Amino acid sequence: MTSNPDGNPNGKPKFAMCWAASCGGCEIAVLNIHEKILDVDQNFEVVFWPVAMDAKYKDVEAMPDGSITLTLFNGSIRNDENEHMAHLLRRKSKILVAFGSCACEGCIPGLANFSTTQEIFDAAYAGISTDNPNGIRPQSAWDAPEGTLHLPKFYPVLKTLDQVVPVDYYMPGCPPESHQIGAVIDLVIQALHGEATLPPPGAVIGAGQSTVCDECPRARNVKKITHFARIQDALIDPALCLLEQGVLCNGIATRSGCTALCPKAGAACVGCYGPAEGVLDYGARLMTAVASVIDSTDPAEINRILDSLPDPAGAFYRFNLAGSLLRAGKAAWAADRVKA
Amino acid sequence: MTEAFEPVIVGFTCNWCSYRAADLAGTARIKYPPNIRLIRLMCSGRLDPTFVFKAFSSGADGVMITGCHPGECHYVEQNYKAMRRFILLQRTLAQFGIEPRRVRLVWASAAEGHRLAEEITNMVEEVRQLGPLNWPTAPDGVQVTRSVEAI
Ligand code: SF4
Ligand code: FES
Repeated sequence: MTSNPDGNPNGKPKFAMCWAASCGGCEIAVLNIHEKILDVDQNFEVVFWPVAMDAKYKDVEAMPDGSITLTLFNGSIRNDENEHMAHLLRRKSKILVAFGSCACEGCIPGLANFSTTQEIFDAAYAGISTDNPNGIRPQSAWDAPEGTLHLPKFYPVLKTLDQVVPVDYYMPGCPPESHQIGAVIDLVIQALHGEATLPPPGAVIGAGQSTVCDECPRARNVKKITHFARIQDALIDPALCLLEQGVLCNGIATRSGCTALCPKAGAACVGCYGPAEGVLDYGARLMTAVASVIDSTDPAEINRILDSLPDPAGAFYRFNLAGSLLRAGKAAWAADRVKA
Repeated sequence: MTEAFEPVIVGFTCNWCSYRAADLAGTARIKYPPNIRLIRLMCSGRLDPTFVFKAFSSGADGVMITGCHPGECHYVEQNYKAMRRFILLQRTLAQFGIEPRRVRLVWASAAEGHRLAEEITNMVEEVRQLGPLNWPTAPDGVQVTRSVEAI
């Protein structure tokens, strides 16, 4: 083969996947596309994918700029190593996809933006489940007899991928559903063969245009809430909307695309597919909705009802804090300023 | 920067009551500090908490939300909705470390120009005491609007 639809004379278009601050679920979700993974192999040359093959950062550095056709970047920017890889892969890639909730909006790691670095380290290195008698804490440099060792520098405020480099597409989900990944890979392959066009840059791919409620089969009537319950404490009607039963369900603000897996299985939507189309601040949208269904006009009673929702910020911004308008709590920002 | 701190307050006012109250304050030559920038909504029920986050993330030091007195909303009970949003918003903002006094909900009828002016004056002074919020996502340009002397 002398050439291919990508115009790369050396063979197949190149594919990369990178893992920054995240749990690894995104990587598993890609492997979970079953036999479609063979299409990936048939249509792409995998040049960098630490979880699946051996490749070094310096190998990527040696590649010509723009030589990777498609990079799926999962994980948020927690430290300077993550940021370095974001810049490097941006430079090397034609299409850079913020893949999964961490890269798109910070996800669970982003919830740490409500805490200071000190608090995060205390929880991780001095918590009751941690055996660390010498109180060792991560250092970014360490003088060993053999020379100075370096570890990535921790950032006080975690960032989303598009807060450090321009991103071409967003693929939400924690992790993205495998059938959605499969569909996106098909689309990219078709586009490479000139059989399809890619959506405009900046688009959300591999997800729906509506909300999780739209995909949810539970029956809806009038919502009037006088008490919020945790799902394990409530007697749940399996056919009725969870929010109507006083269980905070984020489906109203969350982008469709998952086929409402959680509410179908009896669990509330936690919002991993991120803000629905047109929603600027995910938590604010939820606040609007939740306040609308509280059945009281008396401030004292409203306060009493809201007492049954002890951590509103944590519930409303579980996946979206780093991607929200305020991005982090005041204390984390203060530490970030000191750093700068 | 040695300039005295002039708080920037964004005010979301209801078209039918408090916006008119502010108008009345103007025509009656009642003085209130120029630190507040009023944005007219058709009803306090239109107040999406996004507006408040947007204001803070763009450099505001405080946000005042005003509407018709309970029972007097022109869209029946949307101001109760605003009240519930406001209470929820304050609780959420506290978790962000933003002092609850930086957001305020005020009921003012079209006849209460005087009271609205007083509320604005009080809020400006209280936010002045709290100091600048200076949210790091704010563009630097916000500093320009801080010198209200020029307006
Ligand atoms: S709020 Fe939750 S349970 Fe109710 S319809 Fe929406 S997704 Fe389904
Ligand atoms: S019309 Fe004034 S608050 Fe609704």
